[in-house]
Amino acid sequence: MKKLHGPFLLIVGACAVLVVSGCKKSGEGGGGSNGGGAIKVGEFASLTGKEATFGTSSHEGTQLAIEEINAAGGVLGKKLELLTEDDLSKAGEPATVVNKLISRDGVVAILGEVASSRSLEAAPICQQNKIPMISPSSTNPKVTETGDYIFRVCFIDPFQGTVMANFATKTLKAKKVAIFTDVKSDYSKGLAKYFKEGFTKPGGQITAELDFNGGDKDFKAQLTAIKGSNPDAVFVPGYYTDVALICIQAKQLGLDVPLFGGDGWESDQLVKIGGKDVEGDYFSTHYAPDVATDKVKGFVAAYQKRFQGKTPDAMAALGYDSAMLLADAIKRAGSTDGAKVRDALAATKDFDAVTGKITIDAKRDATKSAVILQVQGGKFKYLETVNP
Amino acid sequence: MDWFFQQLINGLALGSIYALIALGYTMVYGVLRFINFAHSDVLMLGAFAAFFLAPAVAHLFPLPSYAGAILVTLLAAGICAALGILIELMAYRPLRNRPKLTVLITAIGVSLFIEYTCQHKAVFKAETRPFPNLLAQHDFRLAGLAVNSNDLVVPIVTVLLLAGLWFVVQKTKIGTAMRAVSFNHQAAALMGVSINRVISFTFGLGSALAAIAGILYALKAPGIEPLMGVQPGLRAFIAAVLGGIGNLPGAALGGLVLGLLETYAGGMPAISNYRDGIAFAILILILLFKPAGLLGKAQVEKV
Repeated sequence: MKKLHGPFLLIVGACAVLVVSGCKKSGEGGGGSNGGGAIKVGEFASLTGKEATFGTSSHEGTQLAIEEINAAGGVLGKKLELLTEDDLSKAGEPATVVNKLISRDGVVAILGEVASSRSLEAAPICQQNKIPMISPSSTNPKVTETGDYIFRVCFIDPFQGTVMANFATKTLKAKKVAIFTDVKSDYSKGLAKYFKEGFTKPGGQITAELDFNGGDKDFKAQLTAIKGSNPDAVFVPGYYTDVALICIQAKQLGLDVPLFGGDGWESDQLVKIGGKDVEGDYFSTHYAPDVATDKVKGFVAAYQKRFQGKTPDAMAALGYDSAMLLADAIKRAGSTDGAKVRDALAATKDFDAVTGKITIDAKRDATKSAVILQVQGGKFKYLETVNP
Repeated sequence: MDWFFQQLINGLALGSIYALIALGYTMVYGVLRFINFAHSDVLMLGAFAAFFLAPAVAHLFPLPSYAGAILVTLLAAGICAALGILIELMAYRPLRNRPKLTVLITAIGVSLFIEYTCQHKAVFKAETRPFPNLLAQHDFRLAGLAVNSNDLVVPIVTVLLLAGLWFVVQKTKIGTAMRAVSFNHQAAALMGVSINRVISFTFGLGSALAAIAGILYALKAPGIEPLMGVQPGLRAFIAAVLGGIGNLPGAALGGLVLGLLETYAGGMPAISNYRDGIAFAILILILLFKPAGLLGKAQVEKV
């Protein structure tokens, strides 16, 4: 039985290496170098996994904001230190990493996440510990309903759903629409619900409602049923990896009507995977980099300089805004005490952000406008802005 | 009626992928009497091997083309066969004479080890990548029905591989040795069969099958990631059990039945959410009445 040990040791050794390298992740991307006196800010993001481009964009935006704040002298005479944790785009992980950020690292506030399901997981933990949390881009209303320490800098799905319902009625001139929902995602279910309300109220007809599970690869069964219901357009409130495959398989089945969705579509991976099959489709999102206000221009230039010419998407802009708003609130509170920062956040009025003026309402949501983009020639083109 | 036939086409296309994956499960089980849970991960490795090989092969044969696709598939199958043999050598061979349960748990361990190692950012990362277009795709329209060329390629490959496997197992010397090992390890060894070589060959062949299935699966849904094998792997395992595990045509039949059940359930607007629930409830019913599977023979345990 001596022979056993070689392979076993090898595997055990490999595991040990993985564990050690896994641990090094935390603390990376920190803005300040002087750890002792710095104000620690926690961030959790889907840096890898199914929604990796969301987490990465959001993280890069946040990082840029922290660096700019520190370059300008920091907050309350101290630098900000960003502690980032990866939640692997997986359910269950956010609770673990946010608990760690709060109890072990002692952060004063939490920034994150993009996906509503994962923000919903972290929110009760922040609320319990009285640590203010700002979600950059979770749009499901339930996120901030968790408690009075939970904020966001983006619009919410009742608004986004209504925007897309009006877009379908007025711009697409659709009378009959089918809805294809990801039942695994709170974001998708919420958006589908509000779209349906907004679309049926003025007399629109829903021809079919079908469900998929995020992560599925074969959608033809449901798409065949959708095609059989003869819709003028199909509303797919999903995330980009699933949406790209849905667009491909819809075209294969000869479902030649426009597909449209929400901000979960916005990733260059949508075009990389979907190719010509996503051409001409529409989605709503938070901002368009080709709309030229001075604030947007300055942000796009700084981001491109910092991240090798990458154009910032909405997730990056919202990540940036969330960190800027937090710094502003700490300044206004004059303290890093959780309750005082919370009160300052709640009192935010007309904060000048990249994605528009942010006013925090009584439900701790931001009231803001939405934009609608179309996929044209492999790029996202600005179509229209819709005000609340 | 269009709806019915379109779903039939969708279901057969999905089912033949399951069938192809199930062949690998059932063959390894047939010889070794244990489920190689790492099969679904070798499938993923096959798709990634093709992903990295495709740009190199494109220099020889511009893609998409049949020659290029076949070359990429053969190379990826070769790589995965070597990996399969390596996995058996490192993880399963040291446990050859241990209880079956030990090997089964180890197989789950190997599966998780591959999945999580590959998700690490130094390996493949956990993000979805666009799979290169190896074969030109065409959409055929027949009387309102839509058929994609991929949906034809998959069943053809499955039938060819099924026939090839049957030939190897029934007509060749190594196949005879495989059957001998499956009857009785010790007796086969006493008759001069090299057990280790036969088992290595079985794993190599099974892993090559997994690689081919992985590439065809990636062509159907061109986004690949380290956990892509989990879901179809589970389905294929169940298809193998449904058909009668250890039985090659049974695995193919089980795959088709499962694909059709899922597709018809998934295409009903009110119940599309429950498609797996419905498909698996029917499977439980079938297994209640035919415990050995559709084509399996009930075995009498001698006490």
